Amino acid sequence: MDQTAKIASVASARPEVEREWSRSLGTWATWVALLILLVWSWAPAEMSRWTYLFSDAGNMAEYASGFLRPDFSQWRYYIEEMLITIQIALWGTFLAAVFAVPFGILSARNLAPWYVVQPVRRVMDACRSIHELVFAVLFVVAVGLGPFAGVMALFIHTTGILAKLFSEAVEAIDARPVEAIRATGASRLQEIIFGVVPQVMPLWTSYALYRFESNVRAATVLGVIGAGGIGQVLFEAIRGFYYPQASAMLIIMLITVSLLDLLSQRLRKLFL
Amino acid sequence: MTAISVRNLSKSFGKKRALDDVSLEVQCGEMVALIGASGSGKSTLIRHICGLEIAQAGQSRIEVLGGAIQDGGRLAAKARDMRRNIGVVFQQFNLVGRMSVLSNVLLGNLGRIPMWRGTLGLFTAEEKKAAREALARVGIPEVAWQRASTLSGGQQQRAAIARTLIQRSNILLADEPIASLDPSSARRVMEILAAVNRDEKITCVVSLHQVEYARRYCARTIALRDGRIVFDGPSSELTNQMLIELYGDNSEELILPDAPVQTAKPKRMPKPGNVPAFA
Repeated sequence: MDQTAKIASVASARPEVEREWSRSLGTWATWVALLILLVWSWAPAEMSRWTYLFSDAGNMAEYASGFLRPDFSQWRYYIEEMLITIQIALWGTFLAAVFAVPFGILSARNLAPWYVVQPVRRVMDACRSIHELVFAVLFVVAVGLGPFAGVMALFIHTTGILAKLFSEAVEAIDARPVEAIRATGASRLQEIIFGVVPQVMPLWTSYALYRFESNVRAATVLGVIGAGGIGQVLFEAIRGFYYPQASAMLIIMLITVSLLDLLSQRLRKLFL
Repeated sequence: MTAISVRNLSKSFGKKRALDDVSLEVQCGEMVALIGASGSGKSTLIRHICGLEIAQAGQSRIEVLGGAIQDGGRLAAKARDMRRNIGVVFQQFNLVGRMSVLSNVLLGNLGRIPMWRGTLGLFTAEEKKAAREALARVGIPEVAWQRASTLSGGQQQRAAIARTLIQRSNILLADEPIASLDPSSARRVMEILAAVNRDEKITCVVSLHQVEYARRYCARTIALRDGRIVFDGPSSELTNQMLIELYGDNSEELILPDAPVQTAKPKRMPKPGNVPAFA
């Protein structure tokens, strides 16, 4: 009590610092810039059509009413397809995690020379910046319709993401144990296996699990362009106006994704 | 035989001169203390000898057991092979925190066993037995299966020494091995180092902050100031009087407060800062 009083008196004794006008001006400029961008994008995004949400309320109501009566009569089939979606995500993520280890290490500034880091990073940027859907379309052409195209699409895209996350984890390690291992006369690879990997393993595992979680969501969308799984069935149902069935599938997807989220959260806590 | 030979070693970090034309020789079987205030270049010197730091281009040459580990600012091609003969103990122990103590000690084998076996982490039963014996030798057999990060500082440093014992190096460099330890752990670590030097005939170079330990455990002391060797001789000759002459006000850092006063009247010498800087 006495102590806090003393601290308070010391604080009040210090001179007031004048307001930094340049800073609040910067805040204002940011808001104005955002406003300009929004106005600029209004017409191209056809935002003026927002009234249709209400003028065509009849359509909306019919749409919604279909979804309000989910039809679970084919639930076995839906769950089978949902499992395929999870299996697509599982393989896509696993392959990506395996490949992201070397790529992540090669794009870590503290382990690889710049002439390796830069090219590897650019390749990983390319994998990351192109959406899974685009890769899926390409792979559907290459390997045909079906789950394998989805696996490959997730694999390529996720490798780009995980390699970046993995390399950031590697760049944040404590270099001292690595030096100690170097001092024993170990090879460069041994330095990485025994000095680097034990330090980053928990973070790597956590990142991979998180990507698995996201990939289950992504895999449902991949189905839409014919890469198998429940997404494909869902898209067909919506195109055929089978809203009650689509609704049932959406509910199954919602529950599955939430359960997986919970599970992977638990698992990640174990590793961190 | 000469264990370590350093010739004309200079190193700058930015504008700061960390080592300035240092030359020294250490014979096999010696136990040498390296003393000096913070920033005097002790760690830098040790890191150069084991090839973790490279000298700037120039005339410098560092030889270990007759072979050059670096020459004129270039690391020798066989530096990796030579490192197995140079055990290093660090101030911060540098164990891999998430691995067991035994695994950490086993890593000392990496420079000796076939590359594929080390890379896969396949250690033989004998190697594991030797690692447990090394832990017993440094007095911590009970922590073998514990995670290294759960050990106290003194235990971690002893595990790190066990790692260098497994390495079976001929030379042991210890970079401030006791600077982060409490006094009793510090004594124990120094006693282990002295025993390793005495029984295994391993050449030891120990950098120390406090000259008391140098006097007690090392026959020879090399003192550094601002990257230069200012004393090289028997530790017994290094009196507090001399320390004050060498380091001025900084000498307080090097002398334990409870150390026996060897000078009748400590004289204040001019600060080294008043002398024109070497850089």
